[in-house]
Amino acid sequence: METSLNHILFGWFPYLALTVFLVGSWIRFDREQYTWKASSSQLLRRRQLVLGSVLFHVGILVLFLGHAAGLLTPAFVFEAVGISKAFKQGMAIAVGGIAGLVTLVGIALLTHRRLFDPRIRATSSFADTAILLIVFAQLLLGLATIPLSLGHLDGYEMLKFMTWAQGILTLQPGVSAVVADVHPIFKAHLLLGMAIFLVFPFTRLVHVWSAPVWYLGRRGYQVVRTKKPASAKEPAPAARPAPARPVPAAQPAE
Amino acid sequence: MSHFLDRLTFFTRKDEAFSGGHGITTREDRGWEDGYRKRWQHDKVVRSTHGVNCTGSCSWKVYVKGGIVTWETQQTDYPRTRPDLPNHEPRGCARGASYSWYLYSANRVKHPLVRGRLLRLWREARAVRTPVAAWASIQQDPAKRRAYTAIRGHGGFVRSTWDEVNEMIAAANAYTVKTYGPDRVFGFSPIPAMSMVSYAAGARYLSLMGGVCMSFYDWYCDLPPSSPQTWGEQTDVPESADWYNSGFLILWGSNVPQTRTPDAHFYTEVRYRGAKSVVICPDYSEASKFADMWVSVKQGTDAALGMAMGHVILKEFHVDRQVPYFVDYAKRYTDMPMLVRLVRQEDGKLVPERFLRASDLDGGMGETNNPEWKTLALDETTGELVVPNGSVGFRWGEKGKWNLEAKRADGAPVDLRLSLAGGEKDVSDGFEDVAFPYFGNIAHEHFVSDAHASVLERRVPVKRIATAEGETLVATVYDLFLANYGVDRGFGGGNVAESFDDDAPYSPAWAEAITGVKRDQIVTVAREFARNAEKTDGRSMIIIGAAMNHWYHMDMNYRSAINMLVMCGCVGQSGGGWSHYVGQEKLRPQSGWAPLAFGLDWGRPPRQQNSTSCFYAHTDQWRYEQLDVSEILSPTAPAGPWDGAIIDYNIRAERMGWLPSAPQLEENPLGIAAKATAAGLSPKDYVAQSLKSGALKMSCEDPDNPKNWPRNLFVWRSNLLGSSGKGHEYFLKHLLGTKHGLLGKDLGEEGKRKSKEVVWRDEAPEGKLDLLVTLDFRMSTTCVYSDIVLPTASWYEKDDLNTSDMHPFIHPLTAAVDPVWESRTDWNIYKGLAAAFSEVAPEVLGVETDVVLTPILHDTPGEIAQPFDVADWKTGAIEPVPGKTMPQVTVVERDYPNLYKRFTALGPLMTKVGNGGKGMAWNTEHEVELLRELNGVVTEEGPTKGLARIETAIDACEVLLMLAPETNGEVAVKAWESLETFTGREHAHLALPKEDEKIRFRDVVAQPRKIISSPIWSGLESEKVCYNACYTNVHELIPWRTLTGRQQLYQDHLWMRAFGEGFCVYRPPIDMKTVHPVKGRGADGAPEIVLNFITPHQKWGIHSTYSDNLMMLTLNRGGPVVWISENDAKKAGLVDNDWIEVYNTNGAISARAVVSQRVKDGMCMMYHAQEKIVNTPGSTLTGQRGGIHNSVTRAVLKPTHMIGGYAQLSYGFNYYGTVGANRDEFVVVRKLAKVDWLDDEPVPAVAAE
Repeated sequence: METSLNHILFGWFPYLALTVFLVGSWIRFDREQYTWKASSSQLLRRRQLVLGSVLFHVGILVLFLGHAAGLLTPAFVFEAVGISKAFKQGMAIAVGGIAGLVTLVGIALLTHRRLFDPRIRATSSFADTAILLIVFAQLLLGLATIPLSLGHLDGYEMLKFMTWAQGILTLQPGVSAVVADVHPIFKAHLLLGMAIFLVFPFTRLVHVWSAPVWYLGRRGYQVVRTKKPASAKEPAPAARPAPARPVPAAQPAE
Repeated sequence: MSHFLDRLTFFTRKDEAFSGGHGITTREDRGWEDGYRKRWQHDKVVRSTHGVNCTGSCSWKVYVKGGIVTWETQQTDYPRTRPDLPNHEPRGCARGASYSWYLYSANRVKHPLVRGRLLRLWREARAVRTPVAAWASIQQDPAKRRAYTAIRGHGGFVRSTWDEVNEMIAAANAYTVKTYGPDRVFGFSPIPAMSMVSYAAGARYLSLMGGVCMSFYDWYCDLPPSSPQTWGEQTDVPESADWYNSGFLILWGSNVPQTRTPDAHFYTEVRYRGAKSVVICPDYSEASKFADMWVSVKQGTDAALGMAMGHVILKEFHVDRQVPYFVDYAKRYTDMPMLVRLVRQEDGKLVPERFLRASDLDGGMGETNNPEWKTLALDETTGELVVPNGSVGFRWGEKGKWNLEAKRADGAPVDLRLSLAGGEKDVSDGFEDVAFPYFGNIAHEHFVSDAHASVLERRVPVKRIATAEGETLVATVYDLFLANYGVDRGFGGGNVAESFDDDAPYSPAWAEAITGVKRDQIVTVAREFARNAEKTDGRSMIIIGAAMNHWYHMDMNYRSAINMLVMCGCVGQSGGGWSHYVGQEKLRPQSGWAPLAFGLDWGRPPRQQNSTSCFYAHTDQWRYEQLDVSEILSPTAPAGPWDGAIIDYNIRAERMGWLPSAPQLEENPLGIAAKATAAGLSPKDYVAQSLKSGALKMSCEDPDNPKNWPRNLFVWRSNLLGSSGKGHEYFLKHLLGTKHGLLGKDLGEEGKRKSKEVVWRDEAPEGKLDLLVTLDFRMSTTCVYSDIVLPTASWYEKDDLNTSDMHPFIHPLTAAVDPVWESRTDWNIYKGLAAAFSEVAPEVLGVETDVVLTPILHDTPGEIAQPFDVADWKTGAIEPVPGKTMPQVTVVERDYPNLYKRFTALGPLMTKVGNGGKGMAWNTEHEVELLRELNGVVTEEGPTKGLARIETAIDACEVLLMLAPETNGEVAVKAWESLETFTGREHAHLALPKEDEKIRFRDVVAQPRKIISSPIWSGLESEKVCYNACYTNVHELIPWRTLTGRQQLYQDHLWMRAFGEGFCVYRPPIDMKTVHPVKGRGADGAPEIVLNFITPHQKWGIHSTYSDNLMMLTLNRGGPVVWISENDAKKAGLVDNDWIEVYNTNGAISARAVVSQRVKDGMCMMYHAQEKIVNTPGSTLTGQRGGIHNSVTRAVLKPTHMIGGYAQLSYGFNYYGTVGANRDEFVVVRKLAKVDWLDDEPVPAVAAE
């Protein structure tokens, strides 16, 4: 029984979450273009937003990239470049801990603002408040794993999560057994993380898809969005046609 | 296909660089642009406007998208002006631009609503009874009636259906007509010019029934009584484009950029052209920043300022140096040459009496027709006594001499003499000291008074004339006028100012003490004003507004300004004159509209009532009257019984046929004709005899008798209870009978009763109205207090017409969308009511004879009824003679079962009797024939078969456009020809070039149209001049419609002299005595300050409309506010945005304080028409929601406004009569200790439903 529950939660639920995440985002992007936005409340009140938002976004980006790189890079790559499991575990604790604290300060400011600023509260949707609280909870769970990780400084516990994550992405639902015996806090963190993917298309988180990273590689300063087909050869500019009738010397003033 | 897939172009995408890589060309999806593009796409644009009495009358483009009105922008297609005159467009303001919000707002009235308890009673009764019997069963059971009247304003509306409400209203009307009389069914709707057909719909329904249309212009206190007094004209003013022709503009209490926003551009443009501008205003208003000089006068003392400026002008431009243009103008166009009798009073003082008349002399100077109405003057060269043409005696009973040609009655040329003294030949018989009243010494807690005597004697050249009664002393108006101003002419005697620094009334030094304006400033403004008029032949203008006219002594404020204009020859000259802008009162096609509105095509005369007197009586404000007649009586008043209370004067005026009466008699007017027949008398004689014997009583004598109550009231196009209702809490208590915030006691409780004529009932009635029906598109305060609320079409959902005095165009409202939800247009609502009434009425009514009492009316031959003394037949001194010494009596047939048929067809009187206006009459057979062809004829059998149809609102528009001279050139020519028979001069040339022009409804839908010049108005529309009032009087020599036929600066009626207003004088504001009884009432220790309560027009709304509009609320503070000065705020311990309570004996207001430097100390400003429906907490004193701006006001009547039967001082609907002044009021202001929103659950027992 316990095994099958574990299998459902860590073997099959990830696929449900990822499917809803991808298909849901696609449908929303196609059908509800006007809702595809970050819903910033900066116009209503700048106070607390700038500091909170910057800290939060810096922190969460580090955490996100850290998780992505840490979990999805195959173990042999680390070995090949000479990073030991213990070192990796240590680095994860240090970088994740610092970024986590930065994020914590940021999200605490944002949550306080969202709940206690009357203007912001009055204009918040349920989804706005709920996703903020979920992310907050996930962050706290993540931070709560640090003491546990300090007990597994050899890095083998982390290897389980790498194995699991890479197994799920390579379509091996059976890999759920790997995480069957990890600490419940890790399990809660994993589950809530997947839940965030699940609700992602229904919240303002969709703005993550549209993070303006393209700017970084863009050429040129002026962008002309032409309607001409790409294949059409640029016609040589014709001589300006002469006016059909002579322009009156002076327009009568109205 | 898919926004996402379309972006997957990694293999085809080819960004091309240009400009050396500085730019790139991409081919990414541009679909998102459509979102922006569609934002401003729309399906159609429809022309409409806002019928909101803002006077702007701006044409708007209304945009419709997907069947929804989305936004509006200003129309820019007004016909062009001539070269060198700026165009009218664009016209509009932020308020108008926010109107479309209303259509789909939560505040929209969407369904017919009925007070729940009433509907339950009705349904129970209707289940077992016929309609009229059902209504009777509710009314005859006091408990049932009280059940719904006592909870008015406390919610409990439920949805009904049109069929049900129509039947209920029709039954109520039929019951009232049968039981009490049709003159107990009232309708209040203002300002027809803002939507003529909507007004006409209700007025036609009421008039065909015999019901009463209530006046509004006087009730709003927008009517300046000084205009009928001086010119015999309700109000006629220059269009705003004429400001551009001016050289010197005084803005006196008029805030042009804020309240005349679409016209303000002419003001700025003429300043670029070099005109100088002075703004006279107590507060630093929006207009003040345009001023070359801002004159901050103490509020309420404008007349003192005006008198002092007049003093300067007279001294420098008439006495020390005579300006030929001014002298010539005074001779030809004013009453200044006319002779006034001087009589010695008991105390030996000589006072000016009435004008000398031809009848005073032996043989009447050879005049046989109306010699008692022909005034006299002296010839300049011969010194002979002459009868100049043009006085009112020439207007009626003879032809061809009613003009302003410089001729005597026998046709010989004449040059009238202004002053008896001086000139080539002194014709005076020496000098006499003549007594003038002085009121500036009356003490007032909040205004400066001085120690000058109450009677000021000044030396005047006089002449002895042998009259039929013996020798009498006379003086010219000119000499008396100059003496009244205290101008030193070197005649000796006292009470004149030798220099401007002398403290003698009305010198600049004297005025400085009262007005707070430095004497140098007064002298400078007066001098420059007159000098500009001298150089330009009268192009000095005074733009003036309600701020001056809302004081109790508004006539003095206004006449002091009018005098300045007349002294300088400005009235009737382009770019000059009196520009009084208040409501949108100029109904340009008036004489075409009147038959439609008042059912004159079926029966004449209509019943019309002056609202101020009516509301004063029926909201029982008279029971609280603190003003004693002795406080306003002149120290030089002739002997007379100047006793009783203010309401007694109104009753006398009604008895003498001066003011209208509705309800008219204690008895039902439908029964009188039969009684007369039984007595073998004509109804006229029967009424006169029965009144004398006491068998019949006039209703006015007993307003609290249930037989005399108004029973049904329709309110449409108006927010009577949330906006114009002075004495709001009195309305709630006595007219409606619901909870109120009145804090004072009536005179009975105080033991101060003084009335003589009126019946006093110890128990004051509460809840006089059986039924209050309001038609509106938004849930206004009036709706909230009504028994039935009918959802009406908004201004973008109906077809109608609109005009204004600010521009010369007529333009339409048209339906951009059909009326939303269950709403209907006003035309269709009243048409539906007419149909329901015709079905219900036969239960109790058939074809009836209605005896109608009307006052002696201005512009009719009857207006010369009472030439000399004032006599009341009730005293037995004279006989009651209808139309002469008492109201006129007329019998009108009412066909109640066919009311609907009459409503929808143009009746036969237009062919039989014709049409007319302002004393003229013309034949309309051709127009009626054209209307039969245009609208089609009624084919159904019945009394209307073969008549022109009036089925739709557009049909109604066509009727009024066809009949009016302003929109039908053929009628204009006929009207001018009619005037020619009076004046003996040729006028038709003014309209002949436009004889073939006929403006139709679709023409004005295509583009606003300029109206055609007509003798109904005193200005011309042409390619040479802008519309300017009195232009035809001056340039076509058409007399003013006054006693002297000239601009009348001396008012010689007995009551005018008794109340000290023969000549213009300064009179301080009256003491309303409403503050002391309530001071300290709050007793929570918060400091109290007493301030003058001023209610100017606001920036964020037009009256109450827009004040609940989310966009306007966002621009303002979002609820009621009162502006106070920084110094006063400090005294009361207030800071900006504090909640305050504002109160006096009349009631209480709760609002936020706006603390601002721009407000003058000693006054507060609560912008007019802030309702209690948005963001208004409760008052701690009344326990009721904090009141509207009128919760602390009460109307006070002035006897001089009741005068009638005396040429220009005769009654006309919205022309003359009592006015609802409210500026003399003071209030206590203090911080509101506890802000209670009164939003707890009501106790079930008092819950409305």
